[in-house]
Amino acid sequence: MSSIYHDILLDHYKNPRNFGNLKNANKKTTISNPVCGDKINMMVLIKNNKVNDIKFKGEGCVISTASTSLLTEYVKNKPLTAFCKKAMRDKKTAYIVTLDEDFILKMLNIHIGPVRLKCALLPLEALKKLLKN
Amino acid sequence: MLPTKQDFSIFKHNPRLVYLDSAATSLKPKSVIKTLCTYYEKYSANVGRGIYKLSQDATQAYEDSRSAVAEFISADPDEIVFTRNTTESLNLLAYTLGKNIKPGDTIVTSIMEHHSNFVPWQQLAKQKKAQLNIIDIDDEGRLNLSNLEKLITKKTKIVTLTYVSNVLGTINPIALIIKKIKHINPKTTIIIDAAQAVSHIPINMKKLGADFIAFSAHKMFGPTGVGILWGKKEKLISLPPYLFGGEMVEEVNIKNTTFKDSPYKFEAGTPSITEIIAFKQALSYIQKIGFENIQKHEQGLTKYAIHTLQKEFKNNIRILGTKNIKQRIGVLTFSFAHYHPHDISQILDEDHICVRSGHHCAMPLHQRLNMPASTRASFHVYNSYEDVDKLVAGLKKVEKILQ
Repeated sequence: MSSIYHDILLDHYKNPRNFGNLKNANKKTTISNPVCGDKINMMVLIKNNKVNDIKFKGEGCVISTASTSLLTEYVKNKPLTAFCKKAMRDKKTAYIVTLDEDFILKMLNIHIGPVRLKCALLPLEALKKLLKN
Repeated sequence: MLPTKQDFSIFKHNPRLVYLDSAATSLKPKSVIKTLCTYYEKYSANVGRGIYKLSQDATQAYEDSRSAVAEFISADPDEIVFTRNTTESLNLLAYTLGKNIKPGDTIVTSIMEHHSNFVPWQQLAKQKKAQLNIIDIDDEGRLNLSNLEKLITKKTKIVTLTYVSNVLGTINPIALIIKKIKHINPKTTIIIDAAQAVSHIPINMKKLGADFIAFSAHKMFGPTGVGILWGKKEKLISLPPYLFGGEMVEEVNIKNTTFKDSPYKFEAGTPSITEIIAFKQALSYIQKIGFENIQKHEQGLTKYAIHTLQKEFKNNIRILGTKNIKQRIGVLTFSFAHYHPHDISQILDEDHICVRSGHHCAMPLHQRLNMPASTRASFHVYNSYEDVDKLVAGLKKVEKILQ
């Protein structure tokens, strides 16, 4: 069996991107998984329907940390939604509101069981919670 | 005599398996699995009702198991109630004993309980406006009994404690504690959660002094779906039924129902028949090995594991619980550097090493220890010194990957 801990994951775990405080954030949220103690504090600056900047802090396992790092990298400078429903259905552009479980698993490029799935989805949950506020 | 891995078919199907999660559930020997099938193949009829021979055979085998459990813990068969698991046994008690709890009464438990012996009492206390007092632990993970007289008073109706901690591995001096409790308040009902203890320590209900104990078959080489509640005869008689329905009634008419005597009044509906029948094989498996051999083997493994882990990883590993091997069973819970328990167990799994990570259904204890989660390796008779070596090698791999 090959390790799910491939180099990209480990790189993002050991050197998480967008890690730190975002001073001019206009939305902030904290999400945690009490089962394992993982905690993500996510901060974004949203301007004109776009994620202008995003940062996170917190503690977590390899999967949740790498997932958060990769996701923050991905959503930076991306639009939240399209301006009309027709454009939303157009799959050429990814809009942040449409990101889902499949997207995260493809991004991480791993197969995991239900317990670890929660770790992988924690940053997405944080992002969705943040955008709802 | 100690068994070999050959007694367990799971090793034939998973030859590289290093199973270190017996505190969650033990593996099942061939004799148990074979008996499970025999019932379905030869006499799979319901118990208690049929006049025909198959049903009588099933009923006989079912009752034989009850007698075997009674003998195993030095009790009488009519004091043995079959439930689904320890959790259900404890909930049965919280529900039935709870009817007599009044505002201002106290219920006492400890910080090292499994959720199944914590949440039912916490919720009962909330519902009844009773007070929940919690016995703390000392730095070595042993119950702190110094302020017992403050926690247990004349108003204490129930004290419910685990015999062995599923996280710390601590064996509580339960007979001594029971004596102390009864000395402070002889009217207090004492409940013991023996789920982690019963396959490691001989239990004699005639001597222990508790009013109730609860445990599960699946942690003692038996099938899942079988819980045991033992209660002193007069205590069981005094409790109302818990679940209503088939099998637990004597006579039903439109206005009224009369119930069977205990233990049957607590066994509503079709039970886990074949699981209960096969459980008898698990008990004789333990008896054949003998508690002395089980304890000697486990203490040897635990001592070796603590020694090797500390030698290899020095201050990077923090093993919970007492250093006194005689005061603990083969449960080793630890934190390892800053590595996340989920990552540790995931990497170990790549080498077929099964450990548990998380809070092990003991969140209040983890809060007390100021750690959100931990990693747990637990041993039983089928584990070898080689398994410990593989665990150490696996942890070195964890270090290499995550460092």
